[in-house]
Amino acid sequence: MKKLAGRVAFGLSVLVLIAPAVMVFLWMLSLSLKNELDNTAFPPVFIPAPPTLANYAEVFARNDFLLYAWNSVVVSFSATGIALLLGMPAGYGIAKMRATRAAALILIARITPGLSYLIPLFLMFQWLGLTGTLVPIVLTHLVITLPIVVWVMISFFEGLPAELEEAALVDGATIWQAFRYVAMPLARPGITVACILSFIFSWNNFIFAVVLAGRETRTLPVAVNNMLTFEQVAWGPLSAAALLVTAPVLLLTLLAQKQIVAGLTAGGVKGA
Amino acid sequence: MIRSRNYARRYWWFVVPAALAIIAVIVFPWVFTVYVSAFEWRIGSTPEWVGFANYVKLFGDERFLWAMVRTLYFTALSVVFPLVLGLAAALVFHQKFPLRGVARTIFILPMMATPVAVALVWTMMFHPQLGVLNWLLSQMGIPPSMWVYHPDSVIPTLVMVETWHWTPLVMLLLLGGLSALPIDPYEAAKIDGATPWQAFRHITLPLLAPYIVVALIIRTIDALKAFDIIYVITQGGPGSASETINIFLYLQAFAFYNIGYASAVVVVFFALILLLAALLMWTRERVRV
Repeated sequence: MKKLAGRVAFGLSVLVLIAPAVMVFLWMLSLSLKNELDNTAFPPVFIPAPPTLANYAEVFARNDFLLYAWNSVVVSFSATGIALLLGMPAGYGIAKMRATRAAALILIARITPGLSYLIPLFLMFQWLGLTGTLVPIVLTHLVITLPIVVWVMISFFEGLPAELEEAALVDGATIWQAFRYVAMPLARPGITVACILSFIFSWNNFIFAVVLAGRETRTLPVAVNNMLTFEQVAWGPLSAAALLVTAPVLLLTLLAQKQIVAGLTAGGVKGA
Repeated sequence: MIRSRNYARRYWWFVVPAALAIIAVIVFPWVFTVYVSAFEWRIGSTPEWVGFANYVKLFGDERFLWAMVRTLYFTALSVVFPLVLGLAAALVFHQKFPLRGVARTIFILPMMATPVAVALVWTMMFHPQLGVLNWLLSQMGIPPSMWVYHPDSVIPTLVMVETWHWTPLVMLLLLGGLSALPIDPYEAAKIDGATPWQAFRHITLPLLAPYIVVALIIRTIDALKAFDIIYVITQGGPGSASETINIFLYLQAFAFYNIGYASAVVVVFFALILLLAALLMWTRERVRV
């Protein structure tokens, strides 16, 4: 009997822990599926009856939502891709040389607030005439993605057994070949982790695009924030847009939670 | 010995491309910011060398000093709550129970969600008349709150959102720590008849201390850096009741285009972060002993 009571209490504590997350996301979903009358009703209407997709239709119909979604896709994929190209060899080199000071520099990048990079970069992009394109946004997102990739890859390459690469070197392979054909395939789980984390934190980033983006180059977080600031606020479409923005990363989290947990606990990395 | 050093040096080429990128987007901005902070410079006008004048002005600027106080207040609360809740959550998720994987995934969702998107939903929930939160309070017989619409409640409310958002990261860090703890002390304690509380207090807590300090460091830095949530929900308001250093900096740089002055803010802010981080690192060394 006492054991049963303990189990019930434990179950309740689990529910209490996940309740805030569940409630916020469900409320977001609920708002996005109701008409404006139900959304502003008091007491609130919880279950949409009947649910409507009109808010989603409205989001796609206006605001150039698809353009901004495309911008976000281009920025996140480019910033992740470039970070992988540069960061994988760097992680390997640092792991091989046991260059802890280089790793410390990356940690400092991690603790610097994103805003503090923006004044010089803003001036530089203006001077180079790059404003109005996606280039500045992709480049500034490297501030987030590159440290994540390097950091995750260092810990994965350090965990690899050195014998296989050494065997390859003895057989006459260059160090580049040993990296490309021996170490990299072995570190594939690490590459997946680096890829997912860097994509998510680039996708979620707001601060760089809010300063650097023009009308045509907004990413989704900036676009959705503008809906709140500059238009008559309608809760239904706003929630629908917010849900669409965050849905890709939530799905990715559900699918790849194991890799994400591994990556985050390895370095405690997070976007700038 | 020399051979092995040359051998290691060959790997420099692997690091060069990333190092160049880091110099361009990370190191160059640092150096340039320090340089710009010595100028009186509004975008559109000619920069004028003023030496340390921006810094002198900054420490006499009441608006900046209040922003500093608010930042420290926000940070202190946004460290304590996620740490306590994250520790409790880690202890729960360390147990084995059915559907643990699913529950843990749901628990970490807030951390991965796009900050702007969840901030917008919170904004709607905080609405004083129509928001769902005041309805929930009324059901529990608690008088309605003004949430982010009153100077006294705005920072605690933002702390609540920050806690919701980042407790999962603390939980993950401490869960990693818990799974690395040895089992022997617990078995010995059980034989000696220790209660679960005593085991927690005298075994888990001391052994977990290094991990708690790491979580403390990460949380302090992230709370100091908090921008998205505050900018989206309040933009520093009402009045300037939630204007932290980050918001102040944003306004100076990209609303007033006062970039010389804003650069001085960056330098002082960065010094503050480094100072706190160093202080915490020092604590970490002491905890290890």
